[in-house]
Amino acid sequence: MTKCLLEINHLSKNYHTLNGEIMAISDLSLKVNEEEFVAIVGSSGCGKSTLLNILANLDSCSSGEIKYHKNNLKIGYMLQEDALFPWLTILDNALLGLKIAHEDTSENIAYVKKLLTTYGLKDFINKYPHELSGGMKQRVALIRTLAIKPDILLLDEPFSALDYQSRLAVSNDVYQIIKKEHKTVIMITHDIAEAISLASRVIVLSKRPAQIKNIYDINLDNPSNPINNRQDAKFSYYYEKIWKDLDINVI
Amino acid sequence: MSSEQKKYLRKIKVQKFKIISIQILIVVLFFIIWELSAKYGLINSFVFSQPSKIITTILNLIATHNLFNHIFTTLYEIIIAFSLGIVLGFIIAIILYEFPTLEKIVDPFLTMLNSLPKVALGPLIIILAGANIKSVIIMALLINLIVSIITIYNGFTTIDYHKIKLLKSFKATKKQILTNLIIPASYSTIISSLKLNISMSQIGVIMGEFLVSKEGLGYLIIYGTQVFNLSLVMSGILILIIISFILYKLVVALEHMLLKNRF
Repeated sequence: MTKCLLEINHLSKNYHTLNGEIMAISDLSLKVNEEEFVAIVGSSGCGKSTLLNILANLDSCSSGEIKYHKNNLKIGYMLQEDALFPWLTILDNALLGLKIAHEDTSENIAYVKKLLTTYGLKDFINKYPHELSGGMKQRVALIRTLAIKPDILLLDEPFSALDYQSRLAVSNDVYQIIKKEHKTVIMITHDIAEAISLASRVIVLSKRPAQIKNIYDINLDNPSNPINNRQDAKFSYYYEKIWKDLDINVI
Repeated sequence: MSSEQKKYLRKIKVQKFKIISIQILIVVLFFIIWELSAKYGLINSFVFSQPSKIITTILNLIATHNLFNHIFTTLYEIIIAFSLGIVLGFIIAIILYEFPTLEKIVDPFLTMLNSLPKVALGPLIIILAGANIKSVIIMALLINLIVSIITIYNGFTTIDYHKIKLLKSFKATKKQILTNLIIPASYSTIISSLKLNISMSQIGVIMGEFLVSKEGLGYLIIYGTQVFNLSLVMSGILILIIISFILYKLVVALEHMLLKNRF
């Protein structure tokens, strides 16, 4: 049975600048269930990052509310950049969130070490970020987020800093890790293919101010992993629909 | 090791040796030409002095005028001004970073102080602090402090916004952001500011000694000018060149040591 974890009700957000007021989000409502992978797509500057910042408590909303259907719900935020600290080892980087929360107990450290080991970073625990490839760094960034055992993961275009090949490989990796750890995910992206191949539900946002334009439950014929999903018969069907929704003017 | 690699390493060694030899040669030639032109009247040895006279003067200073005391005084002033400049600069930069409104308020004043020729404040400093070593240190501090503050503060402001956002997403406090990110990330900026600071401290100390002092290398130079003993002036300058070169090299070595294993 799916349980609702997070509920956004009539959320609006205005920005104030010297040149006037900008409405970034207007009356947005959304429910996210446990262990669901929701992708939010929208053209750049549509306010999707703002939405994620509000969910992560990095920004406040102008009106509306966010309801968490769990006490002390922990939020993990993964950014576009790996933002690893070059002067810390991979292990210390992965432990950063725990250290900030003063939860770097031996039990939690063991958990992080286990995650690093499981996801192919065992030999790099005492290495520094510059010794790792872009994809590995992104994996460390994910483990750093998972280390605090979040109930919900917010991914802000997590693969956009990578080149195309690593992007496919890393999104595959990250997907496997997230499914294995049974996490609920809200991911924002401007990449339609990425959204369809990873998510179970894709939410299309309109141009600014962001409103929900359409919601697609992704039901592929043979869902497997993100790379294979791109070959699915239904893939182009969703792609076309979302492309039309986004109404991107090339000229 | 392959012979090619050996050849390469040899080439580097030879190159290094060549550069050092030429540098030494330049110094030696400089002194020889100086000595000879003074001896044969090509330059006025009363104004420009000459190496042999300088050596006599230095030996004389050591024997009768406590040269090492003068060197020690100048060094002491430089080190005090340098340390104070770094510590205060670091603290003030943190305060400015943590209170952006304060930073905006003091910004024009900092710029004003920075562009003001600090030597103009000399007479005022002497009246306030007295004609003693304190005035010299304050003078040097005025010169190095503003630069330290600006350099370190600029280092703080160039820190990657994403890293700050990351820490905020972990609900880090301001203090945690400072200790976990801002300070370690500016480590190399702070270390680099040492180099700038040591030069500024030396300028400030000599300037201070010119204005008010009873001992020190700046005092020797200004005294030599007053009694028209140009050999004394040249000796002071020569010793000062050597000291500032050594101090600079020491700071560079310190920087290397502290920045090793940093990426």
